[in-house]
Amino acid sequence: MQISCDINGKAYTRHIEPDLVLIDFLRDLGFLSLKQGCDTTNCGLCTVWVDGTPRLSCAMLAAGIQGRQITTIEGVEKEAAAFGQFLAAQGADQCGFCSPGFIMNVLAMERELTDPSDDQIKHYLAGNLCRCTGYAGQMRAITLYLGARKGELSCE
Amino acid sequence: MRIVNTAVPKVDAMALVTGKPVYTDDLAPKNCLIVKLLRSPHAFAKICDMDTAVAAQMPGIACVITHRDVPRHRFTMAGQSYPEPSPYDRLILDQIVRYVGDPVAIVAGTTEKEVEKAMREITVSYEVFEPVLDPEKALDHPSVIHPEKDWHVNFDIGSQVERNLCCSGGFESGDTGAEFSASDVIVDEVYHVKANSQAMMETFRTYTYLDHNNRLTIVTSTQIPFHIRQIAARALGIPKQNIRVIKPRIGAGFGAKQTLISELFPAIVTLTTGKPAKIVFDRTESFIGSTSRHEMIIRVKVGADKEGKLLAIHLHTLSNTGAYGEHAPTTVGLSGHKTLPLYNKAKACKFSYQVVYTNTMSAGAFRGYGATQGTFALESAMNELAAKLGMDPLTLRLKNLLEEGEILTAYHGEKLNSCALEACIQKGREMIGWEKKFPCVRISDTKVRAVGAAITMQGSSIPNIDMAAVEVRLQDDAYYTLMIGATDMGTGCDTILAQIAAECLECELDKIIVSGVDTDHSPYDTGSYASSTTFLTGMAVVKACERLKGKIIRAAGLRLKTDPAALAFDGRAIFNDNEKDDEKNRINLDDLAKSLVVGAGHCLSATASHSSPVSPPPFMAGFVEIEMDLETGKTHVIDYVGVVDCGTPINPNLARLQTEGGIVQGIGMALFEDITYGKTGKMMNNSFMQYKIPSRLDLGEIRVAFQSSYEPAGPFGAKSIGEVVINTPAPAIAHAITNACGIHLRTLPMTAENILMKIREKQ
Ligand code: FES
Ligand code: FES
Repeated sequence: MQISCDINGKAYTRHIEPDLVLIDFLRDLGFLSLKQGCDTTNCGLCTVWVDGTPRLSCAMLAAGIQGRQITTIEGVEKEAAAFGQFLAAQGADQCGFCSPGFIMNVLAMERELTDPSDDQIKHYLAGNLCRCTGYAGQMRAITLYLGARKGELSCE
Repeated sequence: MRIVNTAVPKVDAMALVTGKPVYTDDLAPKNCLIVKLLRSPHAFAKICDMDTAVAAQMPGIACVITHRDVPRHRFTMAGQSYPEPSPYDRLILDQIVRYVGDPVAIVAGTTEKEVEKAMREITVSYEVFEPVLDPEKALDHPSVIHPEKDWHVNFDIGSQVERNLCCSGGFESGDTGAEFSASDVIVDEVYHVKANSQAMMETFRTYTYLDHNNRLTIVTSTQIPFHIRQIAARALGIPKQNIRVIKPRIGAGFGAKQTLISELFPAIVTLTTGKPAKIVFDRTESFIGSTSRHEMIIRVKVGADKEGKLLAIHLHTLSNTGAYGEHAPTTVGLSGHKTLPLYNKAKACKFSYQVVYTNTMSAGAFRGYGATQGTFALESAMNELAAKLGMDPLTLRLKNLLEEGEILTAYHGEKLNSCALEACIQKGREMIGWEKKFPCVRISDTKVRAVGAAITMQGSSIPNIDMAAVEVRLQDDAYYTLMIGATDMGTGCDTILAQIAAECLECELDKIIVSGVDTDHSPYDTGSYASSTTFLTGMAVVKACERLKGKIIRAAGLRLKTDPAALAFDGRAIFNDNEKDDEKNRINLDDLAKSLVVGAGHCLSATASHSSPVSPPPFMAGFVEIEMDLETGKTHVIDYVGVVDCGTPINPNLARLQTEGGIVQGIGMALFEDITYGKTGKMMNNSFMQYKIPSRLDLGEIRVAFQSSYEPAGPFGAKSIGEVVINTPAPAIAHAITNACGIHLRTLPMTAENILMKIREKQ
């Protein structure tokens, strides 16, 4: 079958098998930031945005994105780097394999929630597993990042 | 110190946080054959007949490989220095399958779908045997798991393979029998640590190809590139010089990747077909077809006098190595050698062990490597002893604690040169608020908060066996390349080693380019395991940099036509040490470096190797506060305090993150991680659905502090940190549970269900 969609602001039209999973479709196109950590939709490593909403690309068929907008971390590199600097400053990017999915979800959370509490943050990101960091360093990075962003806004 | 002991970001950070394609599967060529494994449905069986003819003829299929097609040299997949202590009990594919999931056939083809279709067309008939599933019944079981005549050990490890005994041994110091008789109080209990999965986020994956000289190149997510070269050469029956191993960035390992797992399958496909080949394990395969932590059943007997002075300790470990003996003799050793020294003052101690084969997945290396299991047992017993003595458990520790300057009897007679464990205990006691909270505080009719504690040690490298070499080169723009064979697996060793080099060469961190592992280019390193990288490779960096500095000064002497003995180097320039303003005898490093690559120049490079006669232990004291619901048994860790003595932390941020990550893995092990097998030997927890690892909702606060001693044998006083940090949660949480409701949990994991059952039993 044929599908057309928008990935990171560029139009793509491709012939695909109807059972092709979205993560494989995107990796085949060269969006290699996407990682797969499980076969049971438990890890969150494969998170992308579909029409601006975070979704698990391992749990969606490519056929389902006909006419929709996909965003991967390659498409928001500047924002990812801005938050990534806070992660790096904590040393909270260990093996980094969970980072792309995690960061996509953090950036989505930033758009969706205003002034989230620690509890809200934890719940929003509950589906993003990380085996290396123990999460505490990620939390420090998020708190500092959101604080800095707020500082910027109030300065304007 | 300018750069050492500062929290610089990791050198690869920006690539990782922007999702750059730096991992094995991101780099694999698109035309790789896809390799998949047909696995055994039986725990113990012999393959009688196998029909692969139909599958081999199917569209897209490049080859089907069975036990008839593989070389017959037995080997171990354990990544250890040669001659490996682990027995040679494996073939790439064997006619006997020994666990559910043992590979039976290797199938390679153009697409995943074609390969999967072909796999369904392979028919195998088995003669099925009764499997050995219970380690306590393995010895002298009628089923002999390794009946083969060519089973081999490189040296005597106390094996009786016909009895399913993989290895055994022990030692005694002092007269434990007499000391137990003299003891006023004795604790004698059995503790059971289950198999766990390392569960790093990047599953096992490898791709292979033949280069222009027909040499086999193996690109793989591993902690042990050089051991892979050695083991692959033996297993495939080709010379080492025809193999090159490359390690890209890796998505963590925790010991799982200290064993060959996925490497040999695409390698044999590439050798058979001449084509590039790739295998990527899915999560299920990663669970069922790799290695786990060794399940250990540990009997601990401790005796003390009325004042709490320890008189005797006896630890007996029964370890389950599963179907194959990867890391079997070494992990079990740590259950005693890295626990007993803590109580070096005890008058007598004894350690004995047996490691048995069973028809479950092979056990292997997992962060902590046996010390974790031993710590749960011995620290739990110490807490029980304190309760029996009516003594504060921290007081019991402080009374018997090892001290700097002692000769550690149970630690191969090594002298302890750095230890701040007492300070760790005092600091942690304050941080958790022990005085107010021990043993527990009732907060409602059904809820209670309680505290618990444990201490631990590990080592830093394997003494006299691990070897690390590095090379540092001066480049013509006055920057340096640091070639290392140690593998950064997310732990940050590329950064830490660059920090050490920048400190020694007195330059900025960005002047050091670290070049990761390629066995054709990197100097030899045993690999990243046994908590060796910072300590061992770090010391090699110090040596190499000192050598390079000497060469730089000598080269400047030649240029300046001056006696190098009078010159000094400050990172930027070489100058007259006695006469700083002597412009005639001064040359910038930049100018020198440029001049060295022109005409009759001289490329400056220094190599150094390091191995250590000692393995200085890092220490940690762990304290936990839990909240328990007495009606449901539900236990939540609300606060965990870890105070660590890792010597000088080269990068305090990375050390902190190692500690936080290790504590959380330890909490998972304590509360819910558990590999279990069904009646026929099938692993029941083969996904993150059934094998739960901690999510951010499972955790309360994690607080880390450092109490640094200075280790003279380490670079800038550093010891290791990677493993010691996983050891305390299980015993500390078990202790807190006892303090909350009076029950003793001696089997892991301590799930709400198990807690509740014990509470009911007690009532
Ligand atoms: S890969 Fe694990 S949730 Fe998608
Ligand atoms: S950093 Fe390794 S899994 Fe998160």
